[in-house]
Amino acid sequence: MTSADGPLHLHDLPADFVFDPARASSMMTRHGHGGWLGIAYHAHGPDWVELALPWRDELVGVADTGVLASGPIISLMDNATSMAVWTLAGKFTAHATLDLRVDYMRAATPGKTVIGHGECYKLTRAIAFIRGIAHDGDPLDPVAHVTGTFMATHGNYL
Amino acid sequence: MSYALPPYAEALGIGIDPAEAASPVLWFDYSERVSGRPGFLHGGAMSGLMEMAAIAALQAELDRRGEAMRLKPVNVAVEFMRGGTQQRTFASGTVTRAGRRVALVNATCWQDDPAKPIALAQLKVLLSPAE
Repeated sequence: MTSADGPLHLHDLPADFVFDPARASSMMTRHGHGGWLGIAYHAHGPDWVELALPWRDELVGVADTGVLASGPIISLMDNATSMAVWTLAGKFTAHATLDLRVDYMRAATPGKTVIGHGECYKLTRAIAFIRGIAHDGDPLDPVAHVTGTFMATHGNYL
Repeated sequence: MSYALPPYAEALGIGIDPAEAASPVLWFDYSERVSGRPGFLHGGAMSGLMEMAAIAALQAELDRRGEAMRLKPVNVAVEFMRGGTQQRTFASGTVTRAGRRVALVNATCWQDDPAKPIALAQLKVLLSPAE
């Protein structure tokens, strides 16, 4: 499945594709749950990726408070850490989230974009260990901390 | 039941089945909105559904006790056990322990068979008397 500006899904990429988080994000965030949430590429390094989740009324978790629901934050961190794994591996490998733990430090400030910083701190052939934070402007005052693992489902990370 | 769904749940198309048992069952239908890798549910959408189900279960329990509490989620741990496919997805919570200060709520997520959950969540919630 392809469109005018390239493959629609990461799964359609050729096997020798060198993983580029900026380019891959535009694919991953154009459709599906990430697309609906409005998640966009923000920045990346050798083993980390940052994605942005713009605030919007529809994503509020408690009516009339303006505070984002935690579901969108989990999705943001799932996507950011997932991309951090492929960035460190240097390639796309189909994988599944095994588990995620999210600690909520405080409520996200209404109206503010939330940045999800995902990092892969250890990669083995089958398992990727990840951690990350979500913040709304100041990385030293995070909204949430995340840890978790992914498992390669078709092939290996290394 | 006094539990009203927040905007996020409305936007995801979450519905509530009338609570016959102790805890309400929440669900959504498969759509592009909740899809992750091609043909499968996004883990974040499952997590969102389970969190909503956990909060609904806790609210139902507090209502039965006649306690008006403010709820503040502390953390959530989610285990993904099966890929979610293109069909209706359900979730329901069980209040494992609700004391005066903190509540522990487990939630499961399933599709065709409640005995074969696709994901589990455990939510810790801080309780404080509502003003």
